[in-house]
Amino acid sequence: MEQAKALLGLLLLVPALAAEPLRDSLREELLLSPLPSGDLAATFQFRTRWDSDLQREGVSHYRLFPKALGQLISKYSVRELHLSLTQGFWRTRSWGQPYLQAPAGAELWVWFQDSVADVDKAWKDLSNILSGIFCASLNFIDSTNTVTPTASFKPLGLANATDHHFLRYAVLPREVVCTENLTPWKKLLPCSSKAGLAVLLKAERLFHSSYHSQAVHIRPICRDGACLTSSWELRQTLTVVFDSFATGQGKKDWSLFKIFSRTLTEACPLASQSKIYVDISSKGQENELLEVTPAPQSVHEASVQGNRRTYAVYDLLDPGLFNVSRSLNVQLKWKRPQDSLDLAAPVLHAQRYVSGYGLQTGEISTLVYNTHPYRAFPVLLLETVPWYLRLYIHTLTIITKGKENKPSYIHYQPAQDRRRPHLLEMLIQLPANSVTKITIQFERALLKWTEYTPDPNHGFYVSPSVLSALVPSIIAMKEEDEELSPLFASLFPSSDGSSYFVRLYTEPLLVNLPTPDFSMPYNVICLTCTVVAVCYGSFYNLLTRTFHVEEPSRGGLAKRLANIIRKMRGVPPL
Amino acid sequence: MGLLSDPYRRRALARLLLRLNTPLCALSFAAGLGWFLGLAFQPCTLRAYMSENAMGSTMVEERFAAAPRALAYARQFAGHKKAARGMPVAWLEKTMWNLGLEVYKQTFSRTLPFPDELRERYMVKGTNVYGILRAPRAASTESLVLSVPCSEGQHNNQAVGLMLALASYFRGQIYWAKDIIFLVNEHDLIGMEAWLEAYHDVNVTDVLSSGMLGRAGAIQAAISLELSSDVITSFDVAVEGLNGQLPNLDLVNLFYAFCQKSGLLCTIQGKLQRSDWDSLPAYLHSLQTMLLMVLKQGSGRPQGDHGLFLRYHIEAITVHGINSFRQHKYDMGTVGKTLEGMFRKLNNLLERLHQSYFFYLLPSLSRFVSIGVYMPAFGFLILILVLKALDLWMKLSRCDVDPAEQPCDGDPVGPVASEEPKPSLLTLVPPLLICHATGLALYSLPILGLRMATRHFPVSESEAVVLTAIAIYVAGLALPHNTHRVLTGAGSDRGWMMLKLLSLLYLAMQLGCIALVNFSLGFLLAVTLVPVAAVVQPTGPKPLQAVLLVLVTPAATLLFCIFLYQELVECPITVLEGWQQFLQAIAEGLLDHHLYGSIVFPLVALFVYPCWLLLWNVLFWK
Repeated sequence: MEQAKALLGLLLLVPALAAEPLRDSLREELLLSPLPSGDLAATFQFRTRWDSDLQREGVSHYRLFPKALGQLISKYSVRELHLSLTQGFWRTRSWGQPYLQAPAGAELWVWFQDSVADVDKAWKDLSNILSGIFCASLNFIDSTNTVTPTASFKPLGLANATDHHFLRYAVLPREVVCTENLTPWKKLLPCSSKAGLAVLLKAERLFHSSYHSQAVHIRPICRDGACLTSSWELRQTLTVVFDSFATGQGKKDWSLFKIFSRTLTEACPLASQSKIYVDISSKGQENELLEVTPAPQSVHEASVQGNRRTYAVYDLLDPGLFNVSRSLNVQLKWKRPQDSLDLAAPVLHAQRYVSGYGLQTGEISTLVYNTHPYRAFPVLLLETVPWYLRLYIHTLTIITKGKENKPSYIHYQPAQDRRRPHLLEMLIQLPANSVTKITIQFERALLKWTEYTPDPNHGFYVSPSVLSALVPSIIAMKEEDEELSPLFASLFPSSDGSSYFVRLYTEPLLVNLPTPDFSMPYNVICLTCTVVAVCYGSFYNLLTRTFHVEEPSRGGLAKRLANIIRKMRGVPPL
Repeated sequence: MGLLSDPYRRRALARLLLRLNTPLCALSFAAGLGWFLGLAFQPCTLRAYMSENAMGSTMVEERFAAAPRALAYARQFAGHKKAARGMPVAWLEKTMWNLGLEVYKQTFSRTLPFPDELRERYMVKGTNVYGILRAPRAASTESLVLSVPCSEGQHNNQAVGLMLALASYFRGQIYWAKDIIFLVNEHDLIGMEAWLEAYHDVNVTDVLSSGMLGRAGAIQAAISLELSSDVITSFDVAVEGLNGQLPNLDLVNLFYAFCQKSGLLCTIQGKLQRSDWDSLPAYLHSLQTMLLMVLKQGSGRPQGDHGLFLRYHIEAITVHGINSFRQHKYDMGTVGKTLEGMFRKLNNLLERLHQSYFFYLLPSLSRFVSIGVYMPAFGFLILILVLKALDLWMKLSRCDVDPAEQPCDGDPVGPVASEEPKPSLLTLVPPLLICHATGLALYSLPILGLRMATRHFPVSESEAVVLTAIAIYVAGLALPHNTHRVLTGAGSDRGWMMLKLLSLLYLAMQLGCIALVNFSLGFLLAVTLVPVAAVVQPTGPKPLQAVLLVLVTPAATLLFCIFLYQELVECPITVLEGWQQFLQAIAEGLLDHHLYGSIVFPLVALFVYPCWLLLWNVLFWK
C-alpha cells in the first residue's frame, strides 16, 4: 500500500517536472549563401544550450548535451573550448568574409578556469582526450606548437577575468580531415544524422566539395537577460563550399537535392527551432536576379558583417511547410547569367607566402589589404612560427604605402630549440585603401636526422597567421537580441553598431628545410667513417712529421761487448 | 699511406714520378678522353628507370577528348594575337575566367644593357597572364605549372590552344591535390624570369615588375610547352637549364614513359633513338646525342623556358612538338593525353622530385650516364695537372734542400741556376694581380664603355660591346712583355716554375669547381686547356707553343664548339658564318649574364681567362 502511494506521488510529480522550464534546448539551422565567385556555401549550426553548472561535481544526467564533452569540461575545468577541423582553405578574396573562419588543418584553443594549477598538463591531457573523441591527430599538440597569445584570442563567452596564462592555442596545419572525423562529430548531435537538418550530412557529398570545415565551440553564456547565472552552450558548426562550376557545367543553379543528394522531410523532434536561411540579397541595382522555390514562408532582413542581407526563411517546425509536398527541396535559379571578372574584394583580406630561394635563408611575407574607401582600422596579427625556422626579429619590416608602419603593440616570444615556437603578436594600423607588407627573414635550421618526418622532401608546414580586427562597417548595424537572431550572426559579439569583428586566417606555408640524402644513410656513414679512419692518421703523420734516413751506427764498446756475450748465450743481439 | 712515410720508398716513388711524368700524363689524358668517349657506348650506360614510387604505374586511363576545342582556341588566340599585335591580354583573361580559373596578370618591363640584335629588342615591356586552378579541399601549399610562351608570329598558337583546352578539362576533374597554374608568358625567357622573380618576391636581375596577387604555394614541378602545328610527328624534350642545371631525371623518365605509353615518337637533342646498339653508326649516333647535350649544357644557356625554374628548385622540362616530313602524324588528342597523364602523375607526388639523379648525361632517352660514371673521365684530366704540379714541386723543393748537389739531377728542363737569388713568393703577386685586372676589365668594360665606344666608332651598340670584349681579350696577350720587366726575379727558372706551379694548381681548382656545378663546361675547358697547360714552358719551340696556347684559349674553344655543334646538328657552316655566330655567342653570353644571371661569362672572364694569361706569362717568361 505504501508502495502504491509512493508510486502515485511520483506520478503526480511528473507533470510538475514538465511544467518547469526546459533545462536544455536545441536549435538547428542551415544557411545557404551563394558566394561572390558563384560557388555555394552551406553552413550548418547546431546549438545545444544547457542551464546547468557543469563545473559542479555530480552532474550525471545528460539529455541533449553530449556526455563526453560535459565530463571533459568538469574534469579539466575548461571555461571555453574551440576546436575546428578543416580541409581546404577559405579563399576570402573570391568568397568574401566567412561567418565562421577556420584555418586549414586542426585548430584548438582553450581557456581554462582560474582554479587550474598546472595548465600545461591539463592542456596536454585535454588534447589527448579530444584526439580520441574526434579521431584526429590532436595528440601531436605539444609544447613545440602551443602558444599563449596575449591579445588575439579573447574569451567569446561569459568571462570576468582574462588572464591569458589560462589560454592555450595550437594549430596543426598538416592535419587531414575526412569521414573518420565527421562521424564522431555527427554522433554528438542529439538527433545524430537520423532526423532534422543532419540528414543532409552525408560524407560522400560533404567531401565532394572545395572546402570542408567542422567545429565545436563550447562556452558559458548568460542564462537570461539579467545574467546572474550562466548556462553552457555547445555549438557544432559545419561549413562546406560546393564548387558550382565543376558540378553544374558552368550553370550556377542549385537545389538541396543536387548538392546533398537528399531532401528534408522533418525537423529534429528534439529541436526547439529548425530553420533554413537562404541568402537572396541582391547586389544593389538589379534585384530579383534569382528565384527560390518553394516560396519562402518569411523573409528575414539582417545586417551581417557590414552588409545588409536578405534571407528567405523556411521553418521546418511549421507544419504548413510539408503540406504541399512531403519533402522540402529548396531550389535556386539565376534568371540571368552573372559574369563579372572583377569581384568586389572584401574589406580585409590577406595573403602570405615564402619568398626567396635556396635552402639557407628565406623570408615570410604577409600582405594585408584594407579596401575600405575611407576608414582606417587596427588589426591584430598573430604569427606562430616553428623553431626550426630561426626568425631574425631585427629584419621585421612593416611597410604601408611605401612608408614604415610602426606597430602600436608588439609582443614577441622567441623560440627555444625543440621546446617552443616563435610567437609574434602585433597591433598594426591599416590606413584606408592600402596594402601593408610585413616581412621577416628566417634561417632554415638543420635538424637532427631523427627529427625529420618520414617525408622530409615534402617540406615542413608553418601554421597560418591569424588576423583579428574590428572592421568598420559601411552601413549602420542595429543591435539584435541574441536569442532571436539567426545563429550564424551571434558567435562573435559585435562591440557596437559601427563595426563588426572579423577573424581571418592566411594560408599555411610549406617550407623546405635542408635535407640530407636519406636513401642510404648506412652506406654513407660506413664509407665516411672508413675514409676518415684510414686517411686521417696517415695524412696527419705526413703533414706534421719530417722523415730522415738515419744511417745505422755501430754503437759503443759496451754494446759490442754485450752483443758478444749475448751471442755466446744464444740470445739475439741488441 | 705507409708508402709515403717510408723515406726510401718515398724517394723511389718520387723518382718514378719524375722520370715517368710525361708518359703518365699522356696516359692519363688518353684514359680521360677514352673514358668520356666510352660513355656513349651502350653497355657502359644504365637503363633509365623511375625511382619515384608515387609516379610508378597506376591503373589510370588518360582521357582527353577536347582536341577540336584546342584547335578552336588556337585559332581564336591567333586571331586575337594578330589584332592586338602582341599578347591578347584581355582575351586570355576572359577565356581563362570563363574556364573557371582564378585569373591574374603581371606586367613587367626591362631595359637590356645593350640591344639584342638577334631578337630585335631593347626596351621590353610585357604582360604575363596566368590562371590558377584551385585544387578542391587543398590549402594552396603546393602547385604545378604549365607554361606556354606567347611568341611572335605564328609560333606557339597551338600550344596556347592546347593549354586552354587542358585547363577546361582539368577544371572539371575532382582529383587534383595540387593547384595548377596555367601561365602564358610574353617575351619568352624575360617574361618567365620576371614571373618567377615576382612569384618568389626576389629581384635577382633588374626586372621591374608589378607585384603578384595570386600565388599557389611552393611550385613542385613545371612543364613548358611549345607547339606550332596542328599535328605533330614527334616530341622533343629539352632538359638543359640555366648554368647547366638539370631537372631531376625522374621528370625526363616520366616524359619518356608517357610517350611510350601513347606511342608517340620522342627525341632528345632532335635525335631519335636507334634500336640497335652494337654497330659503329649506332655508337656514333649516341655519341652525337651526348656531345650535343654536353655542348648545350656547357653553354650555360637555358634551352627553353623551363631552364629558369631550376634556380628555384623547381623541376622543369620543355616539351617541344615537332612537325617534320615523317608520315605518321599525331593529333592534339594524343598530345593532350600525354600531358594529362604527366600532370596526373605529378599530382600524385607526395614529396618534391628527389629520388633520382640530378647530375647525368643522356646518350639517348632510355639510357643515362650518372655522375659516378662520368666523373672519372674528368678526374683523369685533372690528374695531369696534379702530376705536373707534383713534378714541379719536387724539382723546386729538391733545389731548396740541397743547392750544393748537382743541380736538379737529370731533368730535361736543364739545370736550374741555383746561384741566382731565390725569388720570393712575392714576385708572383704582380702577374697574378695584372692578369686578374685584365679579367676584371674584360668583365666590366664592354658594358661600361658602351656609350663611349658608340660615340667614337661607327658601330652599333651590340657590335661595340662584342668588339670591346674581343679587343680587351686580345690586348691581354701583350701583357707578358710588360709584366716581367717589373719583377725582380724575372728570367730565372725558379720564377717561371713557381708561376707555372701556381697556375696549374689554380687551374685544377677552377676546373674542379666548375665541373661540380656544370660538368660539361668543366670538361670542355679541361680537355682543351689541360694538355697545353701541362706542356707549356719558356724553353723549347716558343712559336709552336704560342700557337697551341692561343688555340686552347676559352674564346677559341667557343669558336670550335660552334663549328662542332653545327656539324653535329648536320648543318655545317662556312668560316664566315662561324665567325658571325661567334660574335653573336659572345653578345648572347653577356646578355644571358645580365638578363638571367648566367655565370658562364663572369666565370670565364674573371677566372679562366686570367688563369690562361698566367700560362701565357709562363711561356714568355724569358
